[in-house]
Amino acid sequence: MSEITDTEQLETTAENPVIGIDQLAGDFKYDMTYDFDAGTGLSERTVDYISAVKKEAPWIREFRQNALKTFLSKPLPTHWASKDLETIDFSKIRYYLSQGLKPKRTWDEVPADIKRTFERLGIPEQERKYLAGVEAQFDSEAAYSNIKEAVSKQGVIFVNSTEGLRAHPEIFRRFFGKVIPTGDNKFSALNSAVFSGGSFIYVPPGVKVSHPLQAYFRINAENFGQFERTLIICDEGSELTYMEGCTAPKFSTATLHSAVVELVALKGAKIQYITVQNWSSNVFNLVTKRGLAHEEAQIKWIDCNIGSRLTMKYPGVVLKGRKARGEVISIALANDGQHQDTGAKMIHAADETTSTVVSKSISVGQGRATYRGIVHIPRQLKGCKNNTECDALLINTNSRTDTYPAITVRGDRHAVQHEASVSRVSAEQIFYMQQRGLTEGQAMSLSVNGFVNELARQFPMEYSVELKRLIDLEMEGSVG
Amino acid sequence: MAVAAPARPAAADLLGVFTPEVFAAHLASQAALPSWWLERKRSAYSRFESLPMPRRTDESWRFSNIAGINLGGFSPAADAPAPGNRRAPEALAIAPAATLSFLNGRLSASTPLPADLAARGVVASAISGAIARHPGLLREHFMAQPQKLGSAKFAALHEAFIQDGAFILIPRGVEIDGPIVVVHEVSGAGAAVFPHTLVIAEDNARATVVDHFVSADLSRQFACGANDLYAGHGAKIAYAAAQCWSPEALSLQFNSTVVRRNARVQSLNLHLGGRQARHESLSQLQAPGGFSEMLAITIASGSMECDQRTLQIHQAPSTKSDLLYKNALLDRSRTIFSGLIIVDPDAQKTDAYQSNRNLMLSDEAESNSLPGLEIQANDVRCTHGATSSRIDPEQEFYLKSRGIPQKAADELLIFGFFEEVLNRLESEELHAALRKLIRAHLRR
Repeated sequence: MSEITDTEQLETTAENPVIGIDQLAGDFKYDMTYDFDAGTGLSERTVDYISAVKKEAPWIREFRQNALKTFLSKPLPTHWASKDLETIDFSKIRYYLSQGLKPKRTWDEVPADIKRTFERLGIPEQERKYLAGVEAQFDSEAAYSNIKEAVSKQGVIFVNSTEGLRAHPEIFRRFFGKVIPTGDNKFSALNSAVFSGGSFIYVPPGVKVSHPLQAYFRINAENFGQFERTLIICDEGSELTYMEGCTAPKFSTATLHSAVVELVALKGAKIQYITVQNWSSNVFNLVTKRGLAHEEAQIKWIDCNIGSRLTMKYPGVVLKGRKARGEVISIALANDGQHQDTGAKMIHAADETTSTVVSKSISVGQGRATYRGIVHIPRQLKGCKNNTECDALLINTNSRTDTYPAITVRGDRHAVQHEASVSRVSAEQIFYMQQRGLTEGQAMSLSVNGFVNELARQFPMEYSVELKRLIDLEMEGSVG
Repeated sequence: MAVAAPARPAAADLLGVFTPEVFAAHLASQAALPSWWLERKRSAYSRFESLPMPRRTDESWRFSNIAGINLGGFSPAADAPAPGNRRAPEALAIAPAATLSFLNGRLSASTPLPADLAARGVVASAISGAIARHPGLLREHFMAQPQKLGSAKFAALHEAFIQDGAFILIPRGVEIDGPIVVVHEVSGAGAAVFPHTLVIAEDNARATVVDHFVSADLSRQFACGANDLYAGHGAKIAYAAAQCWSPEALSLQFNSTVVRRNARVQSLNLHLGGRQARHESLSQLQAPGGFSEMLAITIASGSMECDQRTLQIHQAPSTKSDLLYKNALLDRSRTIFSGLIIVDPDAQKTDAYQSNRNLMLSDEAESNSLPGLEIQANDVRCTHGATSSRIDPEQEFYLKSRGIPQKAADELLIFGFFEEVLNRLESEELHAALRKLIRAHLRR
């Protein structure tokens, strides 16, 4: 009951944000002094430097060096992707910055200036006592890491990538770089060469983590790319929900964010991975996300993209075991100057696997939203099913949307369907709401929220509130 | 033995058998034609020479078997095929208003138009004859539209080597009831043909045109054909093509459709033949009220690859397009459907639809669907859909339980699947003729 009341209150006080990210949150910057700085540009030396600072094992250094070679040898994928990628100047990016802080156990130990930054961001999660833990990534290193006692008692390992590879190689090495091989694409290779930060999580067999684990990423230095690496392993029969949200201060020059997220759901495990992405509009957000679902396992990506200049992100699930299930729920909002190039990949590799993709995009002003997807059902399988739905909403006359799915089906024992539609907000709806005293902008905002409501309801409550607020902010000034 | 890689691929890869010498010989055989026509051919040949072969990374050739697009081992079809080896193709079961039959690219037979139509200016003749009589119309409409679907090189090859084709002109306001039938036949192993059908329907004209592509033998052949459909204001064209090339043929066919104000074009392509058959279809809706209906039926069998690429461009407000491509896949066949709807920024009130349905009839068949949209106007209704699945087992069971043998049941269900497309045809006669072709093909 109380939750419902909360939501209602939040809706009525939309103009006075108490929770969530307000619009100004992206407009500030604190001066930082960095203890470790790899300088700009990318070379073998940069990679060695990062590896040395992190005191990594030789195999990781070698892994990074090989990845660098792969990155340099791969062309930009501009034969299908946006030409905007060519404007990234890889030599002007800082690949590693760190204040040299060890991950903190408690909130009290976090330095005051960093805390102030987080307060300014208005992270709602830290105030919510039912949350399990906060893994707030501050630039390259996790500056704050708090795992609720109950979770660690269950045997859950929740650490950053450096610590994960150093302290638990027996668990993480087996799957590290296996779901997304270094050479998967140019940007996964880049991440493999220079990754730092991110979360490594292991959930033991049968453990159901009742509270969602979270991480909050931000970028705070000009020209600074963030290359976090996340690996989540859910052992047999376990369950986990993981959430990440991000926001970044606004800068004049473009910033690159290129993460790799690998999920492994062993037999019967369930992973739900939720992202709300709100990078500032100069960030290139080129992320590779993929999950590996074993027998009867379920992986669900809930992916919401509101910020960035160009996002290219196609969360995927490789359905490796019988009766595995993959799901992608995607919401994208593209405003002026933004290109949200998002979608999903469903690779069926076992019998009776099922997958669902639901994508809703909104293009505002001259924004461009693109859905790109792959559904692949190879030979000699039976009983695979996929259902894909893509709906696009165009707000202004010059808004743009594209849909580029690719569906391959081999054999006669499967059922695959894809549907897409493009529409605009009905003038009648807007007129009706205006008659009831709403401004055109408010009416438009309400319509757009209605369009995504069905998907937004699948988010945890505070995220769906935040999403609603972000949509309201984005819709401001979109009409009239 | 590493040798520095050449800057560009060897001529044999780029040109196949269509070398400058072969082109010079072809040109010499056409010397009687007007010089502007020959000049066009020369410039087309130089485009063919300079354009690259499709590459694996070309989006417009995604999923295609590029190795199969090999221009080696052919030669432009000879004048007189050996009469003994030739079996006359079965004619379509329709009563035509006129026919034009081309054998290896040369006009071999024709039945003229009724005198009243000819008197009103209707033309159904060979292109070779029209070059002198209608140069303006040919310049304006023959291969005049952009090649946007990946085959610019082969379209240039077509234009360079075209021997002859059909020129159909329906003057302003003239309406023709019976279909004009054009038969393109190829005979002989290794023969390369360049069939062409150009249809110009002037304002408020109406006509039905049927292309019938047949092979006289089952050998490996190369057909590189094109058809241009132009519907002037208020015109109405119904076009159907039955592609029955040899199962060993390599077929590349490029369609371009231009739809003017309040005009309507319906095209139906039936694909039955070819080892590798690629069909590119471009519809440009250039003025308000235009409607393009794009239909296709494919029966892919053996190791056939049927590769269909479509583009619906809405360039003006209040235009409509409706695409329905249905594929039945047997044996080890593959199909590719890649469709794109583009709505230009000013094309408000566009109504566009695109649907690809794949009926999987074999566990070894493979279907690929790439239904795409690029929308730059907001007041539009655009939807697309793609499905791949097998025959509903319940329907199969129902028929079997009524004692209908498997083969007959399958045939019934396949016809049920295709009926949705065939029913869009206005002409019952054409409907029946195509049905008969499909049945004969399934019972081979």
